[in-house]
Amino acid sequence: MDLITDRPIELAPLVASVQSPERGGVAVFLGQVRNHHEGRGVVGLEYSAYEPMAEAECARILAEARSRWGAAVALRHRIGALSVGDAAVAVVAASAHRESAFAACRYVIEEVKRRVPIWKREHYADGSLAWVDPTATLQRT
Amino acid sequence: MTTAAPSVVTVHVLLFASYADALGVDTLDLTLPAGSTVGTVIERLRALPGGDRLPLKPLCARNLAHAAAGDALVAGDQIAVLPPMAGG
Repeated sequence: MDLITDRPIELAPLVASVQSPERGGVAVFLGQVRNHHEGRGVVGLEYSAYEPMAEAECARILAEARSRWGAAVALRHRIGALSVGDAAVAVVAASAHRESAFAACRYVIEEVKRRVPIWKREHYADGSLAWVDPTATLQRT
Repeated sequence: MTTAAPSVVTVHVLLFASYADALGVDTLDLTLPAGSTVGTVIERLRALPGGDRLPLKPLCARNLAHAAAGDALVAGDQIAVLPPMAGG
């Protein structure tokens, strides 16, 4: 399954893939490229991945969410060059009620950020580039 | 007739993002003594030029799943050394 993609993310087919008459709650998380990071202007970025493991880890996360909340869940993460405003990641979760839809959606995006081997190199307004290290940010704050 | 156990294992190592930049390569094969672990791979990498920029205990994967430093190596393993993840 292509959970990791180098093509633009289309939200509507993802939502459609989890909808069904018995699922009344659909939660959507869309992560977009923002134009700043720690006070610096960001003009774009590149995502790279260890693709076979990223696919496998994403599939494991989705299976966990389905098992834990009985929700239907779908995920796409973009790799390659992205511009400000582009969708980098989308998670949709559908369940009978909103609580489990929100919980499953939240679980998937948090686990993706924690476990999936994807890396981000930001391009700054001053022309410089840097790999983003979220753990360094945690240590600073 | 008996076959002696191999005295070495060769594994395929993958480096990504800032770690690939640090060592100047993204793949290499390492031949290590039998009984070596994922941690042995890290020790060898840290001894290479630029390897001191790797942390002492980076995240690692063995054959597409997260691995611990003490995991034993099997010939042909794919060992990936993973910088801090930044997806999402």
